[in-house]
Amino acid sequence: MSTNIMIVGVGGQGTLLASRVLGSVALKSGYDVKVSEVHGMSQRGGSVVTYVKFGDKVKSPLIEENEADYILAFERLEALRWVNYLKDDGTLIVNDQRIDPMPVILGKEKYPEDIIKILSQTLGSERVISLDALGIAEKCGSIKAVNIVLIGVLAKISSISKEVWEDAIKEIVPAKAIDINTKAFEYGYSL
Amino acid sequence: MELKKEFLMGNEAIALGAIHAGVNLVAGYPGTPSTEILETVAKRNNGDIYVEWSVNEKAALEVAAGASYAGARTLVTMKQVGLNVASDPLMSLAYVGIKGGMVIVSADDPGPISSQTEQDTRHFAAFAKLPVFDPSSPEEAYDMIGDAFEYSEKYNTPVLFRPTTRVCHGCASVKVNENIKKNVPEGFIKDTQRWVIFPRTSYLNHLKIENRNPKIGEDFSSYRFNWIEDCPKEGAESGNWLHIAASGISYAYLKEALKCMGDNISRNVRILKIATAYPFPEKLALEFLKDASEVLVFEELDPVVERELVYICGKHNLKVTVKGKSDGTVQAAGENSVESVQSVLNSLLNINYGEDVSGDIPPMPARPPVLCAGCPHRASFYAVKQAAKGKKAVFSGDIGCYTLGNSQPLDMVDTCLCMGADVTIAQGIHRIEPDTLNFAFIGDSTFFASGITGVINAVYNKTDMILIVLDNSTTAMTGHQPHPGTGVTMMKEISQKISIENILKAIGLAYVKTVDPFCLEEAVAAVKEAAGKDGVRAVIFKSPCIAISKPLKKFNVSKEDCIGCKKCIRELGCPAIVRNGGKVEIEDSLCFGCGLCTQVCPKGAICSSDKEGNLK
Repeated sequence: MSTNIMIVGVGGQGTLLASRVLGSVALKSGYDVKVSEVHGMSQRGGSVVTYVKFGDKVKSPLIEENEADYILAFERLEALRWVNYLKDDGTLIVNDQRIDPMPVILGKEKYPEDIIKILSQTLGSERVISLDALGIAEKCGSIKAVNIVLIGVLAKISSISKEVWEDAIKEIVPAKAIDINTKAFEYGYSL
Repeated sequence: MELKKEFLMGNEAIALGAIHAGVNLVAGYPGTPSTEILETVAKRNNGDIYVEWSVNEKAALEVAAGASYAGARTLVTMKQVGLNVASDPLMSLAYVGIKGGMVIVSADDPGPISSQTEQDTRHFAAFAKLPVFDPSSPEEAYDMIGDAFEYSEKYNTPVLFRPTTRVCHGCASVKVNENIKKNVPEGFIKDTQRWVIFPRTSYLNHLKIENRNPKIGEDFSSYRFNWIEDCPKEGAESGNWLHIAASGISYAYLKEALKCMGDNISRNVRILKIATAYPFPEKLALEFLKDASEVLVFEELDPVVERELVYICGKHNLKVTVKGKSDGTVQAAGENSVESVQSVLNSLLNINYGEDVSGDIPPMPARPPVLCAGCPHRASFYAVKQAAKGKKAVFSGDIGCYTLGNSQPLDMVDTCLCMGADVTIAQGIHRIEPDTLNFAFIGDSTFFASGITGVINAVYNKTDMILIVLDNSTTAMTGHQPHPGTGVTMMKEISQKISIENILKAIGLAYVKTVDPFCLEEAVAAVKEAAGKDGVRAVIFKSPCIAISKPLKKFNVSKEDCIGCKKCIRELGCPAIVRNGGKVEIEDSLCFGCGLCTQVCPKGAICSSDKEGNLK
């Protein structure tokens, strides 16, 4: 069976680049890979999800409920929204950032409190890795590097060697941002 | 043959497939999910291919038709609703035919995820009597595009190629052939019998097409991406086949569903996989149907394969029940998935699974898409809203990021239909309700694509309306493609920038004014001035999309000065301005520094800040 990774977040947060890096890592490791991206309207600040699946042979590019081995959440409400997609033994990596959706900004709906606590209680705290990836990315030189910080965390718990991840990142991020992203990856990896 | 593996998005695979098939000219108009095809050809172009974003899909198809008459291999790209725009040349070109191979990619969008309709290009193919190719994966799309060129030239006809969103935006490792087929166009050879469409020749061509298409159907019965696939089950009663037909990405879902269901299916499964829904491979279907009593069909959008099977069963007097969308076995609208396929199979085969137990998840707010923080459209909509306050007004919108102007709190899009329709819908409403101020909002790319004729219609027919052009110097929604107003082409040449203001003046509008929407006072005054005049008036709001410009500064709310009135939130709906207790604050990572909020705050509590967030 395949290894299934979901990347969830808010349109504009850099989820597409993250899925490209994961796809490249899997390919370099000799797997058959499928990635499903989201373009168009939801990229404008909407809830976005991309899927990365790799294994001996992958047919469908989509991941269904209870099928994800890992969820990389770029925002905590989005982590909560998609947590049902995690397998019983799957791991959630979540950037503990809050981005208010418009209904919350307008005061029509409430942003749920204590999301990380709820997630830890539901999944068991050993299955939830929560971090301030935005703060770390900023320290590394750009808030845009949130995606690579999170990838660093995933790389650490994956069975794929560090060099493969580093190669993929260098290949995919824009040349002028390689230094910042290498730093971001190291930071995530060392957590 | 040299084969190399590349990790490609479906659209990139289609582009590379066309490059390797020796395409000479590529033309298209951006539209999700098709856009990256043309962009990839431009990026990977070794200089031999002419690539253009045409002004709209009709222009793209006609440019390609001309090149094809001259012997070039051509590729045309668009989304499904773009094919509606291109349908005039398409229907006639189907009769006239081509010389150089011509593949028209029309990407369908089940869901729909980013479209106005769930229309099915396979129907369009049957309507236009053109062959259609329907890939089930990015890998298949790469191989199939080359085949499509071969079939096009074999039968001297344009062919349609319709991937769906999950194929277009799915990425996979694709085996690519690095050799590029060399195609040197012969040039245009005059032949009025062939290239001039006339009633008499059309009659003859119609006969020819009706005679030809069954032959293509027969050819497709042995096409390499149409097949019958047996999945026998160990221990299953022999001959007890479960017959399932599938096309496009639904084939991938079916294969994975069968794998997931494993031993829960105790029957042998026979699959008919269809990659060419028109002309239908009847011979292959008959082979599949010969031992069947019931067939289940999985496909997205319309039940095209399903109805073809029903037709064949009727024609050949076969006693087969065909189950699918028509009888409600499969959902009629939206996307399929492994889960949906599995659930249909479960209920059909009476397989029961335990109910899913989900944990205690609190209710969650939805996260609809919004105009970006710093988007100039927000300022433009706000200015018009202020200027039209207290007046009876209708706001017609159009296709692009600015359709999002309909959401709260702006609430400035009352109608949206199709590309360019804002200009003309406004005129129709005004004819019936002459006491209404009619505003039509149109983006720069949409204006060039299909807005100009509507404006001419307004002036010629002496109507009253106010055109609001939202000029952000790019085609934003589809990922920032150049257009006639930007002065750059896909061949990386500098071209003359076509001025929207000059066009409007030349058409003879009563009032044309260009303003920066972020100078709120000036912007409101311009709209008010326009509203006070008669005839067709226009205000052009010119300010670049934030994705193609750099933020200048950030803003912050002074805690001392903010009185918590939340006017900024209530009136602007900027994703960077959020509530914090009784007051508001600006989310630093999202603020683009447009400064619109500073012009709305009644207390002057919003000021620019330095990098550390200290107010200046």
